[in-house]
Amino acid sequence: MPPSTPRVALLVTCLVDTMRPSVGFAAVRLLEQAGCTVHVPVQTCCGQPNYNSGDRDGARALARRMIEAMAGFDFVVAPSGSCAATVIKDYPQMFAGDPEWEAPARDLAGRTHEIVSFLTDVMEIDAVGARVPARATYHDSCSGLRSLGIKDQPRKLLASVEGLTLAEMAEPEICCGFGGTFCVKYPDISNKMVSNKTADIAATGAELLLAGDLGCLMNMAGKLSREGKPVKARHVVEVLAGDTDTPAIGEGGK
Amino acid sequence: MSAHAPTTPRFKQNAREALANKNIQAAMGNAQAGFVAKRAAARAALPEFDDIRDAARDLKNHVLANLDAYLERYEAKVTAAGGHVHWAETAEDAQRIVLDICREAGAKTVNKGKSMISEECGINDFLEEHGVRAQETDLGEYIIQLRHEMPSHIIAPAVHVTVPEVEAEFRKAHTHLDPGRNLAELPSLLAEARGVLREKYFGAEVGITGANMLIAETGQSVIVTNEGNGDLSQSLPRVHIVMASIEKIVPTLEDASTVLRVLARSATGQEITVYTTFSSGPRRPEDPDGPEEYHVVLLDNGRTGMLGTEFQEMLRCIRCGACMNHCPVYQSVGGHAYGWVYPGPMGAVLTPSLIGVEKGGQLPNASTFCGRCESVCPMRIPLPKMMRHWREREFEKNLTPSAARWGLAAWRFLGTRAWAYRLVTAASARALALAAMGKGRLARLPMGGGWTAHRDFPAPQGRTFQSQWRGER
Repeated sequence: MPPSTPRVALLVTCLVDTMRPSVGFAAVRLLEQAGCTVHVPVQTCCGQPNYNSGDRDGARALARRMIEAMAGFDFVVAPSGSCAATVIKDYPQMFAGDPEWEAPARDLAGRTHEIVSFLTDVMEIDAVGARVPARATYHDSCSGLRSLGIKDQPRKLLASVEGLTLAEMAEPEICCGFGGTFCVKYPDISNKMVSNKTADIAATGAELLLAGDLGCLMNMAGKLSREGKPVKARHVVEVLAGDTDTPAIGEGGK
Repeated sequence: MSAHAPTTPRFKQNAREALANKNIQAAMGNAQAGFVAKRAAARAALPEFDDIRDAARDLKNHVLANLDAYLERYEAKVTAAGGHVHWAETAEDAQRIVLDICREAGAKTVNKGKSMISEECGINDFLEEHGVRAQETDLGEYIIQLRHEMPSHIIAPAVHVTVPEVEAEFRKAHTHLDPGRNLAELPSLLAEARGVLREKYFGAEVGITGANMLIAETGQSVIVTNEGNGDLSQSLPRVHIVMASIEKIVPTLEDASTVLRVLARSATGQEITVYTTFSSGPRRPEDPDGPEEYHVVLLDNGRTGMLGTEFQEMLRCIRCGACMNHCPVYQSVGGHAYGWVYPGPMGAVLTPSLIGVEKGGQLPNASTFCGRCESVCPMRIPLPKMMRHWREREFEKNLTPSAARWGLAAWRFLGTRAWAYRLVTAASARALALAAMGKGRLARLPMGGGWTAHRDFPAPQGRTFQSQWRGER
């Protein structure tokens, strides 16, 4: 059982920090509604870009800073299955056999969660108070789905959003073609993959695309707008927090 | 096409061409859904499927930890049964061994069951160069032999070919048949291939097959097929050559059945293939038929070099093809783009091991790490993790492109200095937001052409989360 008012550090992720801070504020709202005290330690990046590019030293350097920044909190929560999976699954491997850092890495991995699964599985939330009248579809981002087993949790909370109906894609679990640096290293293949994905999205008739990772969302939203498909894209926590005033991803205004 | 001239370093170019090839795109689109749905149904019908995967993984780990002992036990059994085991350290050794056996047998024609090891060794071209005709008898292999291509898939070698292309190829090759015949339907193509190939079975002095497994306790080799061509290839000619790589060993018949229970289900969604054939050596006096000579060519070709490294687990692979059937990259570009014998995720790990990371390094980079391959692998091989290990090797050997190295070094610099990270992210977010001019997205991005060639770039909102949280201006 969690402490009655757990001290939670928000691992905001460098993408949300830089590109879409409103996702961070939505995350804070949801965590506070769930009874957490939210802190935002000074932080940078978890190191995944370096780790997945083969730069182990660089990745460890960034990971050490993250481990230090997140020390002492009951939980560390990220609005991203991908970044959370890096901390949870990769950090212990990155520092395996390191006398100084293996224990703190394992400790952090044990306290870290992706936000939606944290709300449902740790804080035992089964409903949110939001009202978002829309036909939505949900893309299962790969790391969250296959590394952390996040599948039912977002659907459970989305079912509690008043006015929202979920129209599933034929293949919600297939990669959208983002893959971090993959999309710029192999743009043609990435384009083929995201085109398959936007066709699948369009076939649902949904007006709103949701997912738990901003990288995938920016990829899909950028393709949807290039193709002129009238589908708005939002991070799932925006909808769960009831934030539909902020322009959708890639949308102007305000 | 020689198996020894990999086009793997041209992967990007290959991929671009494949994406623009309408036939490949049509063929790949048709094939994928079938494989995925059939595997899923087979798995659902066997509740203990995932437990059998664990058992199969454990047994193969045990084999790899004791490979030398099992190989020696296997060799002793084969020898005792009157067969011959030949050890081939390299593909060239295997070529020479096979040619010597063919010459000894006075062979002009060799019939072949499907064998990826023979592809790895480039046996067909090598034999042809030395006056021995190698005739493929597997339908898919026969089609690509007519087209002078390599397999594009390890179990469905002609998966990239459309039905009208097969018809055109048959009309070109089978000129002795009535030009007015109807070949529009799949069954008529199958019947024609069967008729043409049947005649060829009796003309070969030597038959070559692969092996899905080698059983140490019995000295048997096992092949699984759906067409029966493997049985005819190995039992009709006077000499049977099995080409197998050393990691195909399993200790016992019982272990072989464990692997068989996951193999076909993962590959084609079948509970078991139409034929599962155990070969125990040359014909014994009381046997009504079978080859007079039985040879096993055991290929290493770099595999022992993988033992004890972070790539050892790759040697658990049983060549079912599930990883490529579920890979969105493979499904987009097809197998030929990978440029050598083994495509898809298993190829992305194995190819650099066998031809060197200098030539094969593109493949482990061409992955989003979506993890679908690992999730369906019957042997639970951590394919994305091993692709990342190849990227680490590249980085350590300075093979990573310099732009990427600079980017990573810059990111490390920023990420380990919060003040620098804060300055740069705040300035970038502000600049890109301004550049979007209220539209919320950018159609072009400096140095981001790979992104904006195909999609818009959603602009940042303007101020970073951390600066807003801390109330900075």
